[in-house]
Amino acid sequence: MTARILAVDDSPTIRGLVSSVLRRAGFEVYLAGDGVEGVGSLSDADPALIITDINMPRMDGFGLIEAVRATGEYSSVPILVLTTESSPELKARARNAGATGWIVKPFEDKHFVSVINRVLGR
Amino acid sequence: MSDMDEFLEMFFVECDELLEALSTGLRAMDSATGDVETVHSVFRAVHSMKGAAAAFGLSDLVTFAHRFETVLDELRSEKLDATQSVMVTLHRSSDFLSDLVTAARQSECADQARLKELLNELDDIIGHEDVSTEDEDEGIEFVPLTLDLTPLDGGTPLNTFQIIFSPDAELYRSGNDPVALLFSLQQLGETEVTIDHALVPLLRDWRAEETYLSWKVTLITDEPVGKVNEIFEFVADCAAIEISSFEQPIQNDFFEKNPVATVGSQEQKELANNPQNAEEHKSVELDENKSEKAAKTSNGPGGNANAAASIRVSLERVDKLMNMIGELVIKEAMLYQVIETAGLTNQPDVVSALDGIRQLAGDIQESVMSIRAQPLKLVFQRMHRIVREAADATGKKVRLDTIGENTEVDKTMIERLIDPLTHMIRNSVDHGLEDAVTRQRRGKALEGTITLSAAHRSGRVLIEVSDDGGGIDRERVRKIAEDRGLIAPGTQLSSSEIDSLLFLPGFSSKEQVSALSGRGVGLDVVRREIMSLGGRVMIQSTENKGTKFSITLPLTLAVLEGMLIQLGDQSMVLPITAVQETLRPSSSCLHYVGKTGKLLLNRGELIPIVDIACTFGIRDEPAPLEDGVLIVIENDSHRRAALFVDAIFDQRQVVIKSLEENYGKIPGVSAATILGDGNIALIIDPEEIIFASGMEHARNNLKIAAYG
Repeated sequence: MTARILAVDDSPTIRGLVSSVLRRAGFEVYLAGDGVEGVGSLSDADPALIITDINMPRMDGFGLIEAVRATGEYSSVPILVLTTESSPELKARARNAGATGWIVKPFEDKHFVSVINRVLGR
Repeated sequence: MSDMDEFLEMFFVECDELLEALSTGLRAMDSATGDVETVHSVFRAVHSMKGAAAAFGLSDLVTFAHRFETVLDELRSEKLDATQSVMVTLHRSSDFLSDLVTAARQSECADQARLKELLNELDDIIGHEDVSTEDEDEGIEFVPLTLDLTPLDGGTPLNTFQIIFSPDAELYRSGNDPVALLFSLQQLGETEVTIDHALVPLLRDWRAEETYLSWKVTLITDEPVGKVNEIFEFVADCAAIEISSFEQPIQNDFFEKNPVATVGSQEQKELANNPQNAEEHKSVELDENKSEKAAKTSNGPGGNANAAASIRVSLERVDKLMNMIGELVIKEAMLYQVIETAGLTNQPDVVSALDGIRQLAGDIQESVMSIRAQPLKLVFQRMHRIVREAADATGKKVRLDTIGENTEVDKTMIERLIDPLTHMIRNSVDHGLEDAVTRQRRGKALEGTITLSAAHRSGRVLIEVSDDGGGIDRERVRKIAEDRGLIAPGTQLSSSEIDSLLFLPGFSSKEQVSALSGRGVGLDVVRREIMSLGGRVMIQSTENKGTKFSITLPLTLAVLEGMLIQLGDQSMVLPITAVQETLRPSSSCLHYVGKTGKLLLNRGELIPIVDIACTFGIRDEPAPLEDGVLIVIENDSHRRAALFVDAIFDQRQVVIKSLEENYGKIPGVSAATILGDGNIALIIDPEEIIFASGMEHARNNLKIAAYG
């Protein structure tokens, strides 16, 4: 079974990197450029897991997480925050918004995939 | 691995865009045209670069971007004012950030001294008062989740852990799933799971979003405790987790000191070690709230996600297309020739069909040219930095104004314009503008202005670099040229001719060699480079008002509008841009000097007549002037010559084929082309013809003779 993952990041480089790593790990990947696009593509992507950046134009990662949690259908989808910062404050804030977990850059392919698998219980 | 390289390349392209946004934003802040959104966009540009750089582990870039971002953050939260000195540092930082990207791109090590210097400069702005900066230098960004993955006991095969796991309701709200966690534990080794359902209430008291269950897991695994902790990484704050190990005396010790080794406790440690870090992120948080508000109210400028849809195509493919268009133009000319030979030119439908093809070929050519066209912005933007650096080096205050940045020219030209423009800009700052004292004496603004402008002018591109400096000191220029033996003492020269002396090789007007513009070898190199692009440079100067360099360039390097001429049994092409007029000479305007010197009286000037068939060795003896046509050509510096040719065929577009690549440089010839009949015609370089004929000095002297 391939799990679908929605990756939201305003940097095309990170989107490319994330999708390449995930596709090689056998996931089906959907991409969005910011929070607004991310929320808009929920029903198309129908994700089993969402990965999001924090600092993005229009709607940031926190906004996205809150918006996803507020939906009926996707409120329990795991959301991982992909971030440069690892401060407890940031994590607390992400957690308050409803984030499942976080991955700190620079990420290493194997670790990245293993965290995702873990959250998905695979 | 090559995958990574590809993304790295993508990252660099993204960086270029972000750097451009950054420098545009900073300039808007300079001129106070920037609003809150400008500061946000500048911040975002640096932040995005940091984020992506971190993914690739480019530590210098991340460290620097981080500090840069901290300062920008203070600015956007209005804790700091964008004073002039702050802006100077921001510009420098932006320049250096660009250097760091370049260094990373070339896998080189960045200038560490400069890095340290600028980091300190940025620190000074925020006024770091405490000692924790040292820690920060190590790069907090690189403290990934510090889970202890190393086995504590040097890899003893089997550990037994007992894990008690009681999730809060919060765990469900954050999208974590106890079942997934249990599965993960199972993958570490052999597990025995017991469920504690003692807290499950009666159905009427049962609430769906609450948690009532807890689990006790006994895990036998060869993995260290770190692996177990890792599984609970994300739920440490929303579940009660107790992990204890059996039959491992060493580890028991460990657990005595750290009864519950959870991720949470590690975070505490991290926090304790890094109070600076915590504080900093508090401020980020505040500001992000603000930025959200700003985004909601403005809604527009931040949304650059809707940038123009575009694709990236390798230049090679476009070049190939351009070559094929060139071939098409040639084939079309051939077709015309065939039709002409067949005597079909009087057939209207044939002619109109041919016209259709010609029109289409022209349109396609134009479209391909527009694909290759890029805005001069790409070059102009760099010049701000050049001006800043040059101003720093000379201690002058200089402002650069740019006009017509969006004027498009061929991609190749963009690249090859960078060096000459850099040189000219430096030259303008160094030699063109006066120092502050002189400017004050002359009643000018202390800040000198250099204007860089671009525009399309009758099928060519005109680029001008002008300064509001003192203008060219012609007396000095003349003296230097005489001293260097570039002109004979006492030679009569017009003002514009004196100005043109600056372009002569070996001319240096600066008596003191300056580090910036070097030994003044610049301008002749500039001129050569521009000429190799099929362009010309002119100079205009007004005393006390300033100096203006004008560059005109063709729109493309691939085709050329030319005049097809006949020389003996050969066809040659003369670029139409050089042609001033064509005429059949009447004896009244012909003058003879000595045995071979022939002159044409044209527009009140005597200009040398060049029999180019002789110059190129097509015939040995000059043909009688009555048998041919004269074409008056003019070069950059308004020097003219009349070329004698046997006949003029027509004016046409020709595809430029470089000779130098495959054959070598021929004096007086710039390139070659293929004609409709398949023959090769050489393209004449008018500039070199005028030079090679050695008529320059002769002409100056003859002018006197004609009027004196």
